Amino acid sequence: MTTLSDPPKEQFRLSMLLYDTRYRSGTIQVIALIGFMLLAAWLINNTAQNLAELGKPIDFGFFSEPASYDINQRLLDYDSRDTHLRAALIGLLNTLVVAVLGCATATVIGVVVGVLRLSHNWIVGRLMTVYVEMFRNVPVLLWIVFIMAILIETLPAPSAFRGEDPAASMLLSDSVAFTNRGVYIPEPLFSRSLGDIHLLGEASLRFDVSVNLIAILAVLIGGIWVSNIIKRRADRIQESTGVRPTTWYLRLGVILVPLAILLAALGVHFGYPALKGFNFQGGTHLRNSLIALWLALSLYTAAFIAEIVRAGIMAISKGQTEAASALGLRQNRIMSLVILPQALRVIVPPLISQYLNLTKNSSLAIAVGYMDITGTLGGITMNQTGRELECVLLLMLVYLVISLSISAVMNWYNESVKLKER
Amino acid sequence: MKKSVFLGALTVAGLTAGAAVAGTMDDVKARGKLNCGVTTGLVGFAAPDANGEWKGFDVSVCRAVAAAVLGDQNAVEFVPTTGKTRFTALASGEIDLLARNTTWTFSRDVDLKFEFVGVNYYDGQGFMVPKGLGVSSAKELDGATVCIQTGTTTELNLADFFRSNNISYEPVPIETNAEAQQQYLAGACDVYTTDASGLAATRATFEAPGDHVLLPEIISKEPLGPLVRHGDNEWGDVVRWSLNALIAAEEYGITSANIEELAKGTNNPEINRMLGTEGTLGEMLGLDAEWAKRAIAANGNYAEIFAKNIGEDTPVGLARGLNAQWTNGGLLYAPPFR
Repeated sequence: MTTLSDPPKEQFRLSMLLYDTRYRSGTIQVIALIGFMLLAAWLINNTAQNLAELGKPIDFGFFSEPASYDINQRLLDYDSRDTHLRAALIGLLNTLVVAVLGCATATVIGVVVGVLRLSHNWIVGRLMTVYVEMFRNVPVLLWIVFIMAILIETLPAPSAFRGEDPAASMLLSDSVAFTNRGVYIPEPLFSRSLGDIHLLGEASLRFDVSVNLIAILAVLIGGIWVSNIIKRRADRIQESTGVRPTTWYLRLGVILVPLAILLAALGVHFGYPALKGFNFQGGTHLRNSLIALWLALSLYTAAFIAEIVRAGIMAISKGQTEAASALGLRQNRIMSLVILPQALRVIVPPLISQYLNLTKNSSLAIAVGYMDITGTLGGITMNQTGRELECVLLLMLVYLVISLSISAVMNWYNESVKLKER
Repeated sequence: MKKSVFLGALTVAGLTAGAAVAGTMDDVKARGKLNCGVTTGLVGFAAPDANGEWKGFDVSVCRAVAAAVLGDQNAVEFVPTTGKTRFTALASGEIDLLARNTTWTFSRDVDLKFEFVGVNYYDGQGFMVPKGLGVSSAKELDGATVCIQTGTTTELNLADFFRSNNISYEPVPIETNAEAQQQYLAGACDVYTTDASGLAATRATFEAPGDHVLLPEIISKEPLGPLVRHGDNEWGDVVRWSLNALIAAEEYGITSANIEELAKGTNNPEINRMLGTEGTLGEMLGLDAEWAKRAIAANGNYAEIFAKNIGEDTPVGLARGLNAQWTNGGLLYAPPFR
């Protein structure tokens, strides 16, 4: 009879870190990590020391000093006595405005162009190819400057609207003016306004929220919610009886009627731009810098998105289209019900990086004097205070946070459209 | 994100390099070339001519320093800088000297850690408008659109001026003088504001300079001068006294025409000390005896440089005004060479 005993417990020896393949890769990674951290520490230490020697230690105190410069496009109240922090906030909002406008426009143009590029119509297909190749093969900075130059050189100055026989005139029954300083459009005004909510009192980050806007949004969302309930009810009836009740007027009504009542209650009317003094006054002023940046970024990014959309559509096998048409679906129904939902799985991940690119490219704004965060915090503030490192670090942090937020939202959307394996 | 990490590393590397430079004079001598920061192009002050050679009032300061230190007024590498990039370029050591109509202010001198070595042009901020606008005073500019170079003191003065006069304006920030000119001429802004000398220089390049007027208001003091990094006093002294030599040369009547004659020795000990026939001023600076002679011979004395680049006989057409010698009622006053 033999007795079985456990194999002797292996003692851990230091040399095993190097010679035992189970530990070796771990050892190498730890050493590499330590090396990297030493390098980073050396860089940071070196920078801090040099800054201290220069007499410019890292200090964010300048943020509470008055900025002393003016910003033309401001979504919140701001004047030159406000702090650098507030100037940075105004710049940040300007960045977000152009990023959101740009992403939305680029998506619309990109999807349309991507689908049209696959068109069987030879001229339409080739035209779209020309557009895509032209825009994505020229640096976006050139497009920005080019569009700005066109706006400045071709549109009339406000003074051309003056006089008995003006060289230029306003469009759409004197409500819209295209000038080389920007486009002036009517603005909605409320004669029985609900006022603003002032958040954060007098702080640099104070924020005014219009109650009118909140009310309008709430009514709109409520209307859409009720409309969805009606839709689901129609779906149920269709499933049980096979006949779909006509609901479009009901669904439209629950959105529009409360909105119209609210707008009437608020006394909404339009403020029209009018030539007064040197410029048009009143109305909303879309500056050329915003328009040039918005257009250039949208058109440039749309060219990439078009290619992504085309690739996504082409990735869906032809059998899907043929099966759908065998079922008797029409062309546009095939596209919206069969092809696009599947193509989205391919389209969304690269689309995220295009959104990120557009947002980061918006930092070229200073080329046309658009006051985004690079222009305020990373431009004038940095220049006037001489705090290069602090400003650049903060600027990087801001872009990092914006980019990661876009990624997070888009990844969540991607989860919802990707193939659900059951 | 890769890009921004890279940029951050560059910034760090730039700062590291900046602090590593201590003996600028030794560096310049070893390099055999002076890196001089100038504007991206302002006729009369610093702009390349038809042959691509940099010419102008500020350029002459660079050339005088190069002549004094290296013995060759052409041993200069001109680095065009914008209002925004100039200080980083100087602080990081990319340039040895910034001669770019830069206003001497407290915070730039003290907080930004630069050393203004003197004033080569006493200026003030002015406004230029098209004649057709019918404006005769800056106080009538309520609601006007104003083109302004970003990253300058003029930007701050402008905000203060409109604020204190309780009138509004729309700023259009612009990177370089050339872009400002384009926007102003296209009518995208009503007014262009910068230093009065810069306005005169810009107007000189217009097709019809007569159609534009400078408004009478001068809303600020803008002493413009060359600057170097703080903390390298030997180099600061060299630049300071090269500039002073040009100013003093006018006062004592040393011109590019008579300098060879005067360098043989004169009855005026001050001239002799400057030109190196007496005393050891050059040695004290760490240069040879003829440093000032070369600096003056390069482009002439202050008056000659002024007249050739921006004086009344040039298209820029600036009068000496505050920039006359103290003996003529101006502010130019070089300390004694002793």
